[in-house]
Amino acid sequence: MTSELLLEVINLKTRFHVAEGTVYAVNGISLSINQGETIAVVGESGCGKSVTMLSVLRLISIPPGEIASGEALYLGRDLFKLPEAEMERIRGKEIAMVFQDSMTSLNPVLTIGRQLTEPLQTHLGLDKQKARQRAIELLELVGISDPARRLNDYPHQYSGGMRQRVMIAMALACMPSLLIADEPTTALDVTIQAQIIELVEHLREKLNMSVIWITHDLGVVAEIAERVIVMYAGFIVEEALVDDLYEEPRHPYTQALLAALPRIEQRRDQRLRSIPGAPPNLLIEPKGCPFTARCEYGFEHCLVEMPPLIQVGTNHQCACWFDLSAGKPR
Amino acid sequence: MSSLADSPSNVIQPHLDELETPPLSLGQLAWRRFRRHKMAIFGTVMIILIFLYCFGGMLVFSEADANFNDTSDRLQPPSREHPFGTDTIGRDIMIRTIYGGQISLIIGLTAMLVELIIGVSIGALTGYLGGWVDSVLMRMTEAVLVIPQIFLLLVMAKYFAQSIPNIEFLGRTFSGSVLVIIVVIGITSWPYLARIVRSQFLSIKENDFILAARATGTSTREIIFRHILPNSIAPIIVSATLSVAAAITLEAYISFLGLGVRPPTATWGNMLEGAYKYVQSAWWLWFFPGALIALTVLSINFLGDGLRDALDPHSRAA
Repeated sequence: MTSELLLEVINLKTRFHVAEGTVYAVNGISLSINQGETIAVVGESGCGKSVTMLSVLRLISIPPGEIASGEALYLGRDLFKLPEAEMERIRGKEIAMVFQDSMTSLNPVLTIGRQLTEPLQTHLGLDKQKARQRAIELLELVGISDPARRLNDYPHQYSGGMRQRVMIAMALACMPSLLIADEPTTALDVTIQAQIIELVEHLREKLNMSVIWITHDLGVVAEIAERVIVMYAGFIVEEALVDDLYEEPRHPYTQALLAALPRIEQRRDQRLRSIPGAPPNLLIEPKGCPFTARCEYGFEHCLVEMPPLIQVGTNHQCACWFDLSAGKPR
Repeated sequence: MSSLADSPSNVIQPHLDELETPPLSLGQLAWRRFRRHKMAIFGTVMIILIFLYCFGGMLVFSEADANFNDTSDRLQPPSREHPFGTDTIGRDIMIRTIYGGQISLIIGLTAMLVELIIGVSIGALTGYLGGWVDSVLMRMTEAVLVIPQIFLLLVMAKYFAQSIPNIEFLGRTFSGSVLVIIVVIGITSWPYLARIVRSQFLSIKENDFILAARATGTSTREIIFRHILPNSIAPIIVSATLSVAAAITLEAYISFLGLGVRPPTATWGNMLEGAYKYVQSAWWLWFFPGALIALTVLSINFLGDGLRDALDPHSRAA
């Protein structure tokens, strides 16, 4: 509908100071999302997807964490400069987050009803009765049967899929403008995964909500997102519209990721392709392109300088010294 | 807001497996485990009986009966008229154990409350906030911990004893020394509880559900009191139960040494004061209050044991 800029993250750097040294988790990420848009952030475990989002919401613990630089402009206001009380009003009300592990993300000693009505009471100022009424609606919305009774249950009385739906209901309770879904379907089986995706998509359209979908499942990405951001070792290596990315990946890492996907026409005795090597040690300050060691196109310059994100097509950006389409270094 | 209500009902259909009867609640599970613990049940029954004895006895005998003395009737062994005998100035020991028991139990419970308030607050603050708050408060806690408690108790009891006037409560007049003892026991017993609570907070605050709660905009105060505290309630309850027993014992110590609750207000502890001179000649002087203290402390400890097993979520004894 509208295409107003909702959130813009500029040059975010997040570090963790631990006993072994400094972990360079996020190394200068810039991204933006418009109202009503769905973007996906993909990358393997530990590439900084979640830390980026937690940093934006200021949910990383400081210390050991540190937001070394960057801005997170939400409707023009820098979230990093807001006082904590102001931030509490934004969390859950403006920007909500659904976490990966539904089994541990609900408080085991509080009833579902209490956890669901809490944000309604704090953010919307509803009284107990109204909040309860709305909690019932929310549970109904995410497809929990007999919601009035199930509201009095504890998390252990719910199945994994139901808990994830409760998490989504909690995130949606105050109708946020932006939903950050941090791999909300990884712990679930495929049918429930599909239901959750459908549910979020349905609600996004209805509420004109923006969604940042964090995942490492490229299959899910194709289904939901308009734009994809590929992350590696705390850097954005490629950003493109979803179809362009699948059709013509411009970064060797994206290419390798797509090649690693199992294909239906593949022969069954054929082994899946994988990317040789392992992601770099984040304890070492990054210098040059972090993918070089595993890259088939890497050359000397890659070790010296991190390539900037450059425009390689309409709405297509890539950070690589090697021009894949031309087959030669830039 | 109303737009949620008209959502299509076909978004997600419930699965059959969601329709089965829900499992037992946390309370039901705990009760089932507690019931199996025979000594805990014994303890609970005993505690109820002791409470009935101390507070029910109030209805039969007045406080004046407890303090009524008839020196001609002194040091009488148990008889029909005085079931527990009489003391050195001819007061009825049974009635005194009733009224003394009230004080002892009240001291135990309120000292526990004082301990709970200080211990939980300090434990919660240090555990949740960490950093310099943690360092300062934990050093303070250790400072209290390294001084022998009984020594601290005696010094404080002696120091504060004269300064508190009598108080009216439950239609009775209490010696101000009761309040002193409560406060003194309370402020010397909290460090253990504070450390238990701190360690609970340290581990619970790292849970995903705390992060999730913060992500919905929950304030720090609510995180501490509504999310973390209920999760650490089991060890707190157990420790509080045991500290009632400890407080009753401590009161008996200091009263026995003559620095506790002042006569004529009776407690089980100060009834023992002076009784050591009659250990052989008038055994009923020390036997009845002593037995009541032992029985109460034992029962509370059994109850605490039972609660620890019942409230431990990892316990498989069901």
